[in-house]
Amino acid sequence: MSTTTAPVAGSAPRVEAKSLTFREATKLALREALQRDERVFLMGEDVGVYGGCFAVTMGLLDEFGPERVRDTPLSESVFVGAGIGAAMNGMRPIVEIMTCNFSLLALDQIVNNAATLLHMSGGQFNVPVVIRTTAGAGRQLAAQHSHSFEPIYAHVPGIKVVSIATIDDARHVLWLALQDPDPVVIFEYPALYNVEGVLWDDAVVDHEHAAVRRHGSDLTLVTYGATLPKALEAADELAAERIDVEVIDLRILRPIDQPTILASVARNHRALVVEEAWRTGGIGAEVAARIGEEAFWDLDAPVGRVGGVEVPTPYARHLEEAAVPQVATIVAAARRVVGRDG
Amino acid sequence: MADFCMPSLGAEMTDGKLVEWLVHPGDTVKRGDIIAVVETDKAALEVEVWQDGVVEELLVGEGLKVPVGTALARLGEVGAVVVPTPTAPTPAAPEPVAPEPVLDRQPAGVAAADGHPPHVRGPIARHRADELGLDLSRVPGTGPGGVITRHDVEAAAQVRARPRVSPYARRRAAERGIDLAALAGTGPGGAVLAVDVPMAAAAAAAVSPPTPPVPAPTPAEAMRAAIARAMARSKREIPHYYLGTQVDLTDTLAWLDARNGDRPPAERVLPAVLELKAVALALRGHPDLNGFWVDDAFVPATSIDIGVAIALRTGGLVAPAIHATDTLDLDALMSALRDLVRRCRSSRIRASEATGATLTVTNLGDLGVETVLGVIYPPQVALVGFGRAVPRPWVVDGAVVPRTVVDLTLAADHRQTDGHLGARFLGRVAELLRTPEDL
Amino acid sequence: MTTPEFPYPIVLPDDLEPDHALDLYHQMLRIRRLEERCAELYSATKIRGFLHLYVGEEAIAAGTMAALGPQDGVVSTYREHGHALARGMAMDRVMAEMYGKVDGVSRGRGGSMHLFDAQTRFFGGNAIVAGGLPIAVGIALADRLRGRDVVTACFFGEGAVDEGEFHESMNLAALWNLPVLFCCENNLYSMGMAVAKAESETNIAIKAASYEMPSWTVDGMNVVAVERAVQRAVAAIRGGSGPHFLEFRTYRFRAHSMYDPDLYRPKGEVERWKERDPLALFEAALRAAGLVDGDDLAVIESEVTAELDAAVAFAEAAPLEPVDDLGRFVLTEVGS
Repeated sequence: MSTTTAPVAGSAPRVEAKSLTFREATKLALREALQRDERVFLMGEDVGVYGGCFAVTMGLLDEFGPERVRDTPLSESVFVGAGIGAAMNGMRPIVEIMTCNFSLLALDQIVNNAATLLHMSGGQFNVPVVIRTTAGAGRQLAAQHSHSFEPIYAHVPGIKVVSIATIDDARHVLWLALQDPDPVVIFEYPALYNVEGVLWDDAVVDHEHAAVRRHGSDLTLVTYGATLPKALEAADELAAERIDVEVIDLRILRPIDQPTILASVARNHRALVVEEAWRTGGIGAEVAARIGEEAFWDLDAPVGRVGGVEVPTPYARHLEEAAVPQVATIVAAARRVVGRDG
Repeated sequence: MADFCMPSLGAEMTDGKLVEWLVHPGDTVKRGDIIAVVETDKAALEVEVWQDGVVEELLVGEGLKVPVGTALARLGEVGAVVVPTPTAPTPAAPEPVAPEPVLDRQPAGVAAADGHPPHVRGPIARHRADELGLDLSRVPGTGPGGVITRHDVEAAAQVRARPRVSPYARRRAAERGIDLAALAGTGPGGAVLAVDVPMAAAAAAAVSPPTPPVPAPTPAEAMRAAIARAMARSKREIPHYYLGTQVDLTDTLAWLDARNGDRPPAERVLPAVLELKAVALALRGHPDLNGFWVDDAFVPATSIDIGVAIALRTGGLVAPAIHATDTLDLDALMSALRDLVRRCRSSRIRASEATGATLTVTNLGDLGVETVLGVIYPPQVALVGFGRAVPRPWVVDGAVVPRTVVDLTLAADHRQTDGHLGARFLGRVAELLRTPEDL
Repeated sequence: MTTPEFPYPIVLPDDLEPDHALDLYHQMLRIRRLEERCAELYSATKIRGFLHLYVGEEAIAAGTMAALGPQDGVVSTYREHGHALARGMAMDRVMAEMYGKVDGVSRGRGGSMHLFDAQTRFFGGNAIVAGGLPIAVGIALADRLRGRDVVTACFFGEGAVDEGEFHESMNLAALWNLPVLFCCENNLYSMGMAVAKAESETNIAIKAASYEMPSWTVDGMNVVAVERAVQRAVAAIRGGSGPHFLEFRTYRFRAHSMYDPDLYRPKGEVERWKERDPLALFEAALRAAGLVDGDDLAVIESEVTAELDAAVAFAEAAPLEPVDDLGRFVLTEVGS
């Protein structure tokens, strides 16, 4: 099981640690990849000269040159497809789709090619492409720029889907994804890029397991992405009410780490899934269904779900805030599941 | 057709007295409904019916004592037309109720759909709806012109009130051999949750052949007799060992006074609560003392439910359980204790409370007894006793000073634990009592 | 020299080697006979799903593959049997694939529309029109980055020119100077849609100019013309001139697929085009030039028949993949 590594009281002093933002950690990951493996190259819109739409790739063009850091025209379909073709032909491309809102233009290449080629060729052609994109609302960018499309990708067999919610993951998951012989779609979150965290030098991550970010015994709360910090904050609030919440960061949205979730529900008997994506057909729907199938006899209450309100994201700030789960929403839902909302 | 019989509500129970009927012939009952009050030698308990049905006939009148297993009432299928008959000589006669004929089922619209008040036939249907807590505007009426009949009210209650049990509670009950029908639920809509499932099934009592009725002893006599039987059995079967220690409570009591401060009496926490909490917390580290001896083996309990020995004014003792004692803070524990005592004294404790204690604490300090050497309540494996806290000469920093000290004892089942473990446990209880801020 | 009249017979180049000429003919015949037999097998329900036949277009596959080297890459569409055979995929394994057997080139997972062969660098048939173009661009990009002097030939119909992916791919290939040979097989109809009703500009080759890409139009019924054109284009690409575009003018003699009643083409038009049957044209030219005599072609014919019969027998006898293996090949298996 993956760990977010925190110092254990009484053990030997930890190795080096540094405090850095998600943005910095992601950039370190990209640099490491470009340095370590000459098959790796990066392409996407504005990744080079502009320095990245979210300033993640600033300076990489200067360091690695235009053959390895490639600005593309506004052509999601061809540059994602080219990433797929290049991957089939021996390279390890990192394709950046600026936001998942634009990824729909490349959905045909991802779903009909990347996800199927290994299978359609009877195992002959691997597609080791890594696609990085971003998701989430919160900056008043309105309906077409605020999507959380993780569930769409998590629906498709043949690709892996990862959600970055901690500094460790921002720093280390990319290299693992690049070593994976199969296509990996990585979701990053602009809401987190400026957030700072501590990165321990000896942090160990994988890209298979969910992680328990907070242990608790009254409720299992499952979440991912930019909702994780809100869930942890909600857990702190609930602790003051003596509701002890265990927070699980899914990390891998496909394939879901079912054993970790089920083990937690077997201990806590109550579960709540929280995400920013719309409730209907969201990751929460999948997790709740699995809990119902595999942990039914452990449940002392129905599984709760919190998702984005089912509206296209509005521009006005107060409406946008109301459309997305906030700490208060999570707290209220947790109380309901635990039966303390009377 | 089925019978509702006198249930077994305790290991020692061989017969029970039907104190009060809560239903009448003709009433529709659903599984989990409390339909009678039964008095055992130790307490009066509310008992639940274990199936859906219609009460056809009450067979045993109020005030009569019958052996466990005796049929108390006859239940018919839902929808059966009941023609009630007066029962055998009883102090109170059930009121006869004329069944509503079921007329042609024209689906009436929900009465209040158009905003008019629901059309109800007669006060009985209305009364029944009140009893069941139903909103008449949502009851479909099948009587002529869509009028809501009593039958419609009963049917609506049936639909709404299918008993609910959480999957986890169902599993716990199955593991412990507990009949779900005997449980009352505290969850939404009366759902039975895990917390409602008691620790251990009441051991099935042999159904003895019906004995001719004997003149009923007074309640106090009966209880005394029952206690005698229980104590005899305990002493006979359980090899007890005893350990005692003394705990300096001076600072703790001062702390408690300060904490209680200017609170009104209703909000003050009694020292007994500290004792209960200390025992409960100590049990966390000593699970071998928290459970049951059943069939020559120890079954550890999954929660810590301290039984509190409570003396009744009528003479006699009960030891109902406070569930998850270790998780309650002092105020919550005080309030739970107060509630339990009150209900015991008014004879209204639940079956699950009556049978569910994992370890019992008895505090006879009020009675001036300094040391309690008690008898374990089977199938528990330990009993903790607190005497009265009295001033004693005590050595502190080399000097002899008066301190308030309490005698703390443990009676334990030697089949399960030995003195070594018992001593460690007592030591822990003492330690916790001396640091009340951690309780 | 007077302008030849319809059906515009083939003029053979002087340096055409006789053996090579027979090879070209052999390839076209293999494709023709395979497609005819597939039609028959489909009607006998041995082949299922969609079946898109290449009858009439054989000269393109045969001519192109003759001009490519073994290290070059090929991306094709669902009308790919000709490309697959001419590229060097074994006929029996192609047939087995269409039978859905585990010995098929894609283990029976792909069928007629998804033939793949890593050994011959055949990067698949693709069932999404224009879906393969971005992949071809990527394959070429990888070759460029690795300094490999190879070309990726990307086949598609004129219908693909309607899709956004076509324009994105042309643009990026030209912009990044990638070694792609875009091969448009313009058979005048994309399913039932006539090119004049779908294209504001029906001169497909001209479109390449808007991407600064050299292009020219080729008589797709003339196998030698095809070969020569591809040779020139490939030489230019290898010389660093960047991607090239070829529009092959051709015609499919059969319907779009086995389900198509072909109501959208005038009968006369089909008959007219059949007068330019690439095999017939080539045979006539070969005979006129004295490069074949009576028996040669008969020998080739019986060879092809034998190969085809063996392929069908292989496919018939081959086993099915066990259903228990259904979940394989979704992700790479550990240890592989």
